[in-house]
Amino acid sequence: MSFITGSGLTSFGRHEGLNSLDLMSQASQQALDDAQRTRSDIDGLLCGYSTTLPHLMLATVFAEHFGLQPSYAHTVQLGGATGFALVMLAHQLIKSGAAKRIVVVGGENRMTGQSRDSAIQVLAQVGHPVYEVPLGPTIPAYYGLVASRYMQTFGSTETDFAELAVAMRRHAMLHDGAQFRSAISVQDVMASRPIASPLKMLDCCPVSDGGCAFIISAEPEGPHPIEICGVAQHHNAQHISALTSLTDFGAAACVARALSAAGRNLQDVEHAAIYDSFTITLTMLLEEIGLAPRGRAGVLAREGHFDATGPMPLNLHGGLLSYGHCGVGGAMAHLAETHLQMTGRAGLRQTPRAGVSLLHGDGGVLSSHVSLVLEAL
Amino acid sequence: MTASTTQHKPAPNDWTQGGDAVHFQQCLSCHSTWYFQRPFCAHCGAVDPVTQEAGAQGVVYASTLVHRAPSEEFRAIVPYRVVLVDMQDGFRMMGHAELDLTLDAQVRCEIRLIAGRPLPFFSQCLETKNHEP
Repeated sequence: MSFITGSGLTSFGRHEGLNSLDLMSQASQQALDDAQRTRSDIDGLLCGYSTTLPHLMLATVFAEHFGLQPSYAHTVQLGGATGFALVMLAHQLIKSGAAKRIVVVGGENRMTGQSRDSAIQVLAQVGHPVYEVPLGPTIPAYYGLVASRYMQTFGSTETDFAELAVAMRRHAMLHDGAQFRSAISVQDVMASRPIASPLKMLDCCPVSDGGCAFIISAEPEGPHPIEICGVAQHHNAQHISALTSLTDFGAAACVARALSAAGRNLQDVEHAAIYDSFTITLTMLLEEIGLAPRGRAGVLAREGHFDATGPMPLNLHGGLLSYGHCGVGGAMAHLAETHLQMTGRAGLRQTPRAGVSLLHGDGGVLSSHVSLVLEAL
Repeated sequence: MTASTTQHKPAPNDWTQGGDAVHFQQCLSCHSTWYFQRPFCAHCGAVDPVTQEAGAQGVVYASTLVHRAPSEEFRAIVPYRVVLVDMQDGFRMMGHAELDLTLDAQVRCEIRLIAGRPLPFFSQCLETKNHEP
């Protein structure tokens, strides 16, 4: 058993003058404060990579900077799946007895720490260096390819995708930390600048500065514990050219294993936080996992199905699409919001029911998957 | 059993080497076919797969029109279409393509100079174009 006992989340957007270590430190201090713990209580440190601080030993660089002397430290690199993979690893380290109280942290000045071209080029390197990257694709292009096949197979339309962007923005409007907080309509999404068809600007998450951290403990200690009950990973081919299918990514089986480990099934899930780097990512994951029928995620979003008071509250902080995406900390924000929701501290965004939460993230081009099942105490 | 000690090198006329051909590999033991070249079969582990020049024919599996390019040389040619094509030889590859290509179109590959480098480029097969109403 392991428990999330504290979380810290910075606002996402522009943090001029702050570097990765600054943002990681801010989030970690918030998480310690939330758990009512101090540095000397921590014996484990797990952190994600930073593209603006590509160090061989980021975990120990951060340990020194923040002031930790952990008996276990580890940096993980699984693209967008890193945040949830860190939580899964913390859960397993605690179960194994290797650590009792772990700081999990990700943070990066991805927006202001590099040029826009540089950010786009670094991210595109998830493609194959010989057979894909020389052709000039981008991350949106890889996902545009997925979207084209998905639309052909399941009948989703561009306005269906747009409904999800609108729903995420509606949620973000209630969070002071979100990068984008002004209302948008389906027409706004459809009229936004084309990026890589069928994806337009408002189908894509932004590049942000930000950080997020958790304290994960062996005991349900402190004022705000929730339990990590089930975890699972699944890894496909890294490169989109090598994926055998663009309509089955193994997300459903991954979620099923995490639910099974928790002794739960999909019908027990009351609240969800699903990776939404692009509207197609969210569509495809919701529908493959079974949180929406194939081709129906957009219609459900329009009907309020994923709102705080709807049947399946989803990404109530606004997701990557509107809260923002700072790299490793991006998906971790889904979990920080989940922690608030499950401990009744989400204020205006609070959903009435979040006893069992399902989280799912992916990295690369739906290459790496991590599922988490959490329960309120 | 020992792994092959021969260093795998792509064919000199492969497009990735500046040539005008596309190659794929096939395992002599399990008959898997694949595109990204390596000195062994990732499916069964057999060493020394055969490297063959691919035929030009394929079918478009996925497609996107890129408007936001990653660099200066590609910014000069936006918008450009990037496709994944299921080749008749039994592997999938990425290429550039004609702007108006649609999914499931039958296409032919040639190597063209694009953004200053030789890259696979797909055009719709003339015979399928003629079948359009």
